[in-house]
Amino acid sequence: MSGYAEDQAGGAPAAAPGLDPAAVAGHQDHPPRMGFFTDTSVCIGCKACEVACKEWNAVPEDGLELTGMSYDNSVGLGASTWRHVAFIEQIGRPGEARQQPQPGGPRWLMSSDVCKHCTEAACLDVCPTGALMRTEFGTVVVQDDVCNGCGYCIPACPFGVIARRESDGGAHKCTLCYDRIGDGLTPACAKACPTESIQFGPLDELRERAGRRVAELHSDGVAEARLYLEDPGDGIGGAGAFFLLLDEPEVYGLPPDPVVTTRDLPRMWRHVATAAAGLVAGGLAAWLTGTRRQP
Amino acid sequence: MSAPPAQTPGRHRRRGKGRDGEQAMVPRAEFRSYYGRPVLKEPVWKVPDVPGYLFGGGLAGASSVLAGFAQAAGQRELARAAKVTSAGAITVSFAALINDLGRPSRFLNMLRVFKPTSPLNVGSWLLAAYGPISGAAAASAVTGRLPRAGAAATVAAAALGPAIATYTAALLCDTAVPAWHEAHREMPYLFAASAASAAGGMGMLAVSPEHADLAVRFAVLGAAAELTAKTILVRRLGEAAEPYRQGRSGTVMRIAENLTAASLGTALIARRSRLAAVLSGTALVASSALTRFGIFEAGMASARDPKYTIRPQRERADRASRVPAEPGGGV
Repeated sequence: MSGYAEDQAGGAPAAAPGLDPAAVAGHQDHPPRMGFFTDTSVCIGCKACEVACKEWNAVPEDGLELTGMSYDNSVGLGASTWRHVAFIEQIGRPGEARQQPQPGGPRWLMSSDVCKHCTEAACLDVCPTGALMRTEFGTVVVQDDVCNGCGYCIPACPFGVIARRESDGGAHKCTLCYDRIGDGLTPACAKACPTESIQFGPLDELRERAGRRVAELHSDGVAEARLYLEDPGDGIGGAGAFFLLLDEPEVYGLPPDPVVTTRDLPRMWRHVATAAAGLVAGGLAAWLTGTRRQP
Repeated sequence: MSAPPAQTPGRHRRRGKGRDGEQAMVPRAEFRSYYGRPVLKEPVWKVPDVPGYLFGGGLAGASSVLAGFAQAAGQRELARAAKVTSAGAITVSFAALINDLGRPSRFLNMLRVFKPTSPLNVGSWLLAAYGPISGAAAASAVTGRLPRAGAAATVAAAALGPAIATYTAALLCDTAVPAWHEAHREMPYLFAASAASAAGGMGMLAVSPEHADLAVRFAVLGAAAELTAKTILVRRLGEAAEPYRQGRSGTVMRIAENLTAASLGTALIARRSRLAAVLSGTALVASSALTRFGIFEAGMASARDPKYTIRPQRERADRASRVPAEPGGGV
């Protein structure tokens, strides 16, 4: 549950729940919104998704370093890393008091991260060229032939997903395999996933399936299972790619309660207008209070 | 079972430093993270390009306002200097913006759409309109040709100038970077005030003290408003304002504030002493530039450190989960 949603609960709902982003972008008679449900409880950390994504999308190499972060060697999403598998070894340490005891003993969390294809996507909102666009599937895609590499989308993304590739100067991220799903194919990562940790389909169906899955886990005693970004009332209007997590989002490197920055933009423009008027008022005040002088 | 090693970096890195850097009496709530790594991507914007672009826009826009009022007051010398300043500053600002693009040859793509949700797009349209107008006003003032068109351009530039000086505040604040986004209420006023103090300061440098009266007044008003806006920003933001107070960005902001305060003092005698005018004007321009660098660096620092992203969000999420609303509504 999003704190943002709760904060807004006193008044009107923050955003129309279940907003249809493809329709908002002007697509008529569009196919259902497609997305990913990543169920991390069955992820085995094989990284087939990372490899399949790179192969299909011809994404260049992103570094072959040892990081010391468990089995993670891609570190995070980036211009050339569109799927990233996180590894968290919760093996415990004597004397570390803050952590809650893990009911099942030591555990190893794995999770395949990806672009969230937000309902309210800040990257798309702030893009000055229109290179970032909303597809008929409700996903968010960069048009590489339009992007001028201004980099504005990068700090706008509350998840740190999109980045600029220095070799070509353009911004890149997951396309949800736009070229595949248009032909009725499953995105490469989901296709390659051997445990169906990554599930692809119409978002409505995925949400139902995820609700059933989390209930099943709860009844099996996995009380810490929770859904992340499935709620259309949250700070990004819900995500096209959402997750089932076994710990707090920040443990996986995800923001616990993100809010799209452009929700505050109307207020920012009002302050800009007032400040601009203030600048003129300052000039006027300087003139009117001054001693008149001929040149 | 307790902490995974993932949490230890976040725990050890942050300790106050220097004299007042003893461990706080009440330790702040811990936060968890993925190996202490940032949640956000740090902007790829370069120094000095982007702070220079912000500063240049401010100096140009406010100089156009100053030029407009100087013209109205019949102070031709100051008006001319301010017009030349604005044309020069906007050229530098524009060049810095293009140079910072990953694909500079595609600069014009920003004019293929009009998008009010993108402050950079709005700014590109503003620049496209303002740049030539401010150039025309300066050219007419310097050559003395086409005085009527020059006067019209001066008025138009003075009308667009305030937007040029302030839209960049929305540009920075319309990001997920905590030190910028959280400051979105104060930043436009801070940018407008800092722009006025720079334009006034440049006017004091450019013309002799007996012609600089209007510039001095404009600068003093701007500098006083700048100090006020900074104080309010830091006070309201609380922990999110830390980067404006600590580290390299904090140092730059402190130097800028001291310069502004010092120049306020010398500005009072700047109408009688050329030396005081030069010192004060230089300090005002420098402090305005440093302010943009400091704000830029503060944002970078707040994007790099996951605590600024995670902690307030975690607190908000925890507050919400304590509210016993709609049972079964979430996890």
